[in-house]
Amino acid sequence: MPMHELSITQSLLEIALRHAERAGARRIARLNLVIGELTSIVDDSVQFYWDIISQGTIAEEAELHFERVPGILRCLGCGHTFPLNGRDYACPACGEKRVVAAGGDDFRLESIEVE
Amino acid sequence: MTVRVPVVEQILSANDQLAAANRARLDAVRVFAINLMASPGAGKTSLITRTVEPLREEFRIGAVDGDIATTLDADQIAAMGIPAVQINTGGACHLDAAMLQRALPQLPLEELDLIIVENVGNLICPASFKLGVHRSVLIASVPEGDDKPYKYPPMYRGVDGLVLNKMDVLAAFEFDVGYFRRGVEVLNPGLAFFPLSCKTGEGLDAWLAWLRKEVREHVPGDTGANR
Repeated sequence: MPMHELSITQSLLEIALRHAERAGARRIARLNLVIGELTSIVDDSVQFYWDIISQGTIAEEAELHFERVPGILRCLGCGHTFPLNGRDYACPACGEKRVVAAGGDDFRLESIEVE
Repeated sequence: MTVRVPVVEQILSANDQLAAANRARLDAVRVFAINLMASPGAGKTSLITRTVEPLREEFRIGAVDGDIATTLDADQIAAMGIPAVQINTGGACHLDAAMLQRALPQLPLEELDLIIVENVGNLICPASFKLGVHRSVLIASVPEGDDKPYKYPPMYRGVDGLVLNKMDVLAAFEFDVGYFRRGVEVLNPGLAFFPLSCKTGEGLDAWLAWLRKEVREHVPGDTGANR
């Protein structure tokens, strides 16, 4: 299991608790995360780590919700935008090989839902 | 009743802040630092050896070596007679800014021009964790295959240079350099690219010339990319 998810989970807990305290919350019910495909590989082990390290805090049993933003490419030939497919980055519309990344860099905690 | 509280904070913001502090610390003593990342066996330690040898007459060089448990790489680097610090990550698969912060005071910063940080061998984790260095370089190698930019896009995004090591064995592998570079160019247009062989020395001159220029032309405090 890649360990960087543990660091990421610890960081998440710290941010969530800080904002919850500021909002005067009793309990954190859910975290809404936005993760882009081009930023970092974050797998389901975040939830596993979360269940352990959030114990005894007001974030215990909070649900982690991942909004995954696909890597988006834009063709420099015809302007078509298309998702990353993992094999080739050529444009599916015109075959052009000069394309640039145009989305999927997100890596943030968007909001928390508290009681 | 549930209330939605907007947060909109970068997940690793705490690490980013520590990285900025490291950067300020390095700039205060006018030390340039680079971070080398690669999968295990791509040739990080070889490249460091091949870099320190010719540049040590021009620059006072120190090294920080991240390793999961052993001190083998650090020993090899220290054997060259340069100040070297080992960071034992205790199982973690990447260096982070806090680890570098603890390592820096163990080097004679006032007496250095260049610090080479060898990250933990891993193609997944280190990409997200800024350290506070001035440049990051990814070392790929021919035997890993030409599809890596397509399989691990995050690693190719936030770097300033890309070394393709083990070019001496290119003929033995089905490695299409054009296909490899096209993938890289999509993720990181204009990225400095150095195909070379640490074994034969082929291509090293271009890499050394680039690094020399980056160190010499760096203006401390010029924020640029915080890596």
